[in-house]
Amino acid sequence: MAEPLVRFEGVRKAYGPAASGYAVRQLDLAVERGELLTLLGPSGSGKTTTLMMLAGFELPSEGRILLEGRDIARLPPHKRGIGVVFQSYALFPHMSVAENVGFPLEVRGVPKAERAGRVAKALAMVRLEGFDERRPAQLSGGQQQRIALARAMVFEPPIVLLDEPLGALDKALREEMQYEIRALHQRLGLTMMYVTHDQAEALTLSDRIAVFEGGLIRQLAPPREIYERPANAFVAGFVGENNRLPGKVLAAEDDLVRVALDCGPEVSARPVDCGPPGSRCCVTIRPERIAVAPVAPEDLGEGALAARLQEAIFQGDHVRLRLSLGQGEEARGEVLVKRPVGGGQLPGIGGPAALAWEAAHALAFAV
Amino acid sequence: MRPARILLWAFGLLALLFLVAPVLAVLPLSFSAGAFLSYPLPGLSLRWYADFWTSNFWLPALWNSLRIGAGAALLAGTFGTLAAFGLWRARFPGRTLVLAVAMAPMVVPAIVVAVALLLAFGPLGLSNSFTGLVLAHATLGMPFVVVTVLAALEQFDPVQLRAAAACGASPVRAFRRVCLPQILPGVAAGALFAFATSLDEVTITLFLAGPAQRTLPRQMFSGLNDQLSLTIMAAAMVMVLLSVLLLLAVTLLRRRGNTSSR
Ligand SMILES: Nc1ncnc2c1ncn2[C@@H]1O[C@H](COP(=O)(O)OP(=O)(O)OP(=O)(O)O)[C@@H](O)[C@H]1O
Ligand SMILES: [Mg+2]
Repeated sequence: MAEPLVRFEGVRKAYGPAASGYAVRQLDLAVERGELLTLLGPSGSGKTTTLMMLAGFELPSEGRILLEGRDIARLPPHKRGIGVVFQSYALFPHMSVAENVGFPLEVRGVPKAERAGRVAKALAMVRLEGFDERRPAQLSGGQQQRIALARAMVFEPPIVLLDEPLGALDKALREEMQYEIRALHQRLGLTMMYVTHDQAEALTLSDRIAVFEGGLIRQLAPPREIYERPANAFVAGFVGENNRLPGKVLAAEDDLVRVALDCGPEVSARPVDCGPPGSRCCVTIRPERIAVAPVAPEDLGEGALAARLQEAIFQGDHVRLRLSLGQGEEARGEVLVKRPVGGGQLPGIGGPAALAWEAAHALAFAV
Repeated sequence: MRPARILLWAFGLLALLFLVAPVLAVLPLSFSAGAFLSYPLPGLSLRWYADFWTSNFWLPALWNSLRIGAGAALLAGTFGTLAAFGLWRARFPGRTLVLAVAMAPMVVPAIVVAVALLLAFGPLGLSNSFTGLVLAHATLGMPFVVVTVLAALEQFDPVQLRAAAACGASPVRAFRRVCLPQILPGVAAGALFAFATSLDEVTITLFLAGPAQRTLPRQMFSGLNDQLSLTIMAAAMVMVLLSVLLLLAVTLLRRRGNTSSR
């Protein structure tokens, strides 16, 4: 296998004395050539720290960072030749758009004539031809973001780092820019490392997602696998909406486990990292994987859960149902269900319902 | 409400009058056709200005003042800017102490600085020298530069320095090409203040300047003692004009600084 473009080896980072805790606890990560790798995680999980160590603005406390096989941990940022897009864009307000984009070339001593051509090409790439003479202050947020992107790519760096580049944009523009970044990445074969805490953005953009929590990578996989086969309860809960049903492992059967849910019934689920029979676990099931039918308690089938419909919210392409578990007076937790509009008869509000799903879609995790 | 307002205006105008009245009262004397320091003026003439422009007592002094002022402003501008940048950039222990030392010339009495410099410059061969005087005046002007540049840096987004580094610019280049152009109004304002400080500095000049470094205020000082010619009023007028020009320049820079950062 070819040498990965970037490799973090045993990297740890503490901002203060080690006793006060690590911002990045243990990082072993390889970034392959040409991929768009997203670092996804809650606030404070160490995503920016990871990116800034690669960019050279933070020194790792331990471990090595290799770029094209070379240890760069002690190389100052300006000698790394890595493109960076900052959340605040950080365009130079006293320079025109063309000067901003041309700055990395100017610094590298590229002659003026060649510079102009490459700047024009970079501006065309982000679809901002003819904006050369404007000042950053005369551009909209989305346009500024594109200039920042052009500036980070114009010198053809081996990798471009983006730290929540779309965080300051409104939702519609953010989605448009996501597709644009994805298109650029595919067209140019650029390697990108992208930080976000927006899981929809990560799912849209990435070739692979690294899910961070507390300074550790909890799972590293393509978006589909992260969504459908989360490696642990944290990833299952953090990426996409999910229902969590606590229970106890009863027994293993073939490649499934039987779980006695705290809310009553026994269900089968695919074990991911749950313990031996007798240990606590939680079963997760995606809202779109649950079938709902108006069924009276006495007609409940094998393995189905009794529930009562609390609320049905029309969302355009689907309906969100909020159900309370149990059909008696006692509430035993809530379940969220998404189903396509026109997908069969719904129970009335407050009416009894049965919930069912395929065992393979339910995952059992240790808690 | 209204009477209070009128009172406020009246008070403000009075304070202003108090500040400029002496200047206004004395300056017309420079246009006097007579030879005495008194009103009413016997007639108007430019004879004292003509005297000023042809005198080898005043002209070399004006020239000295401008050269020393420019040198001091240049030095204070350079080192003041670097000091402010360093103080802004790095949070190191003793930062407050360094800041205090840089600002000290603003509060330490000039006479103390003068005596100290006299003692320090003697062995170095810097007393009675142009270089020595420029250095001394630069020390006095530096606090102004530090203050104005620190204020300008408040408006500057430090992430831009990271962006410049990510573009491949060395720290020196990032400073010159990205930071400096944006804080330039502050640097220039500080340097102008330093120039103005040097222009009317007399205490240290009295101690340190040799015969070849007589500055305008120094000559006015000795002019007052010996022969009380009205040329001194023309010299005063020249100084007032220079000060007004400097003040205008600083005001313009303030404007530009404000509009460019907004
Ligand atoms: N310069 C710093 N000095 C001290 N601690 C820091 C510094 N920067 C980050 N930290 C700490 O390190 C941890 C990780 O921070 P980091 O910025 O990498 O998180 P993040 O995943 O980027 O979060 P966010 O989504 O909020 O940007 C946090 O606990 C944070 O408080
Ligand atoms: Mg961050």
